[in-house]
Amino acid sequence: MPDSAASPRISRRTLLKAGIAGGAGLLLARWLYTSTTTPQSTPYGALDADARAIVAAIAPVMLAGALPANDPVLLQETVAGVEQAIAGLPPAVRKEVDQLFALLSFAPTRALIAGVWSTWHEASPASIGAFLDRWRDSRLALLRSAYGALHQLVFAAWYGNSNAWPAIGYAGPPSLEVG
Amino acid sequence: MTAAVLRQTPLPDPFRAGIASGWKVIDASALSADLALQADVAIVGTGAGGATAAEILSEAGLSVVMIEEGPLATSSDFHMLEREAYPQLYQESAARKTRDKAINILQGRCVGGGTTVNWTSSFRTPPTTLTHWSRTFGIAGFSEADLAPWFERVERRLNITPWEVAPNENNDVLRRGAEALGIPVATIRRNVKGCWNIGYCGVGCPTNAKQSMLVTAIPAALSNGATLLTRTRAWTFDHSGGNVTALNCVALDPRGTDPGPRRIVVRAGTFIAAGGAIGTPALLLRSRAPDPAAIVGKRTFLHPTVVSAALMPHRVDGYAGAPQTVYSDHFLDSLPVDGPIGYKLEAPPLHPVLVATTLSGDGASHARWMRELPRMQVLIALMRDGFHAQSEGGTVSLQGDGTPSLDYPLNDYFWDGARRALATMAEIQFAAGATTVMPVHAAGASYADWSEAQSGVAGLPLKPLATAVVSAHVMGGCPLGADSRRAVTDHDGRHHHLDNLYVFDGSLFPTSVGANPQLSIYGIVAKLASALAQRLAPTRTALRD
Repeated sequence: MPDSAASPRISRRTLLKAGIAGGAGLLLARWLYTSTTTPQSTPYGALDADARAIVAAIAPVMLAGALPANDPVLLQETVAGVEQAIAGLPPAVRKEVDQLFALLSFAPTRALIAGVWSTWHEASPASIGAFLDRWRDSRLALLRSAYGALHQLVFAAWYGNSNAWPAIGYAGPPSLEVG
Repeated sequence: MTAAVLRQTPLPDPFRAGIASGWKVIDASALSADLALQADVAIVGTGAGGATAAEILSEAGLSVVMIEEGPLATSSDFHMLEREAYPQLYQESAARKTRDKAINILQGRCVGGGTTVNWTSSFRTPPTTLTHWSRTFGIAGFSEADLAPWFERVERRLNITPWEVAPNENNDVLRRGAEALGIPVATIRRNVKGCWNIGYCGVGCPTNAKQSMLVTAIPAALSNGATLLTRTRAWTFDHSGGNVTALNCVALDPRGTDPGPRRIVVRAGTFIAAGGAIGTPALLLRSRAPDPAAIVGKRTFLHPTVVSAALMPHRVDGYAGAPQTVYSDHFLDSLPVDGPIGYKLEAPPLHPVLVATTLSGDGASHARWMRELPRMQVLIALMRDGFHAQSEGGTVSLQGDGTPSLDYPLNDYFWDGARRALATMAEIQFAAGATTVMPVHAAGASYADWSEAQSGVAGLPLKPLATAVVSAHVMGGCPLGADSRRAVTDHDGRHHHLDNLYVFDGSLFPTSVGANPQLSIYGIVAKLASALAQRLAPTRTALRD
């Protein structure tokens, strides 16, 4: 296949190494998270400032071409939509989402596993895009599932918002006015 | 009435009117004290199984308590908005996942269960499936002829009739493409009465046209004096000496996601588990119900479904019109039931959140597809799982907090079917005039014609969390059958080891159905619940006959 033409052996070894590091990193982040945070810290999926910054950094890249650039109000609505979506999840799933954001906000795991070396606030769209591509195409099912969680949260938050609809030609629900 | 008067008349909401007339409906999240209830029959779950049983048993004069984990939402609450409906009406905000997150499960969680949010497709259990149950699992009393009168009865009750209106374009593409290739298609029957053909069945029918349990069996049971508890999670059965003595429930908090402070005990002579094929096994597991063969929660089936998106040269408007009206069983009927996995072809509704979260990838390519939403056409292929030695389904087990998790490994037997299905769907879409077809997969490859798609799909690296796999049908896990080593209940739906406990929902099925399951659940539970009513209230039932 054409996409594996470029030095498949090296890329496979690199991926494998990243995979092992990734697995260890996830465990580390999980342990750090559970031993340093109190359970009531995020009631009903309300995101803390770190997690909100992560969503605010990732959403414009995931939604490139959809979410209007440099529109802080719409970005804020998208972050709020993600928070609402998390709030609707059962406690066991919210805990997993918390662990994901803990991993992404803890600098060593952010760098080693996500490959984002600056803070989320300073990370370039290109480096965030590369991070998303790596997780989406990872050989590790765990990282692909983490990408899937971000994907579902961000796209549900944006396309559930009626501000997203004009650009996709969706007029919204019909009027049920009788007569 | 003049038009002006009509315009000011809100659509009727018979459920709210019923509550105003004195129906016994208790929102447990609002309780200020613990609660103890007593009834002839306690029923866990108000979906296709639980509600059907509630109507039949209350009709026989028995006192019934219905226990529902989800909230009560009625037509006045249904605003045709995904952002409201998914968190309110679905398990885990319509994002319930298998353990490895590879399959997204759409499952109702509200009064009426899946029937409140399903797409109204109504199929009798296929004869092939019933024959397989008889031959392979020794199941007796569930032949096509045995079930026919029960299906007829339910079809009358729920106005299940063929959809006579022209299909929307999303479904018509399936019809045209298949017919061009000589693949037979047929019209789906729907449980609707006076349907407005607007297409929002999946987010709660705002006009009460859908003949879900919310507008049929549950109102009937409440009118017969039944009690409905909402936001109430059935947690464990107490049992001793081969009988269930009580059902312990947790009142959820007002958001419906977390346990609240109040507890509810329901004592009854007879208990019915109808919480769906994830909830029912979980309830039995938490209760440590006798399970000497360790089969509870095993063989749970999903009709795992793959998805093919296409662009048509003209508008499709797949969010408008009855969502599912055309289907093809060709790729079920042309294969031996226990051979390579077969699949049913259907089309899904195309609302923005459902489409955006299902399409793979992100950024510019995702945005490009979303901008084409009006021209987008989507087909789905539902795999008939559970009929082959390599299709053992999944396993429901309990997490640390006692809530269920479904582990459903996707193996090569499944991927073989997925690859054939993705090719079939692309061929149909091109035959109907599609300009582009994209199997929904993280690779994001799209094709401009059938020959390109044919070789492309053949080389796609199909795997979990790269290929989109979804499910809207959870079945099995508490199969019925005479042999207690292979079955959780007997042919009456009665638990093999707990005499006054019955399972009346889709978890009874020993395999998947091979068709959208609501009518199978209605018909089979109508039969089982009628027999139970006869035993519990022989005089009343005899009088009615």
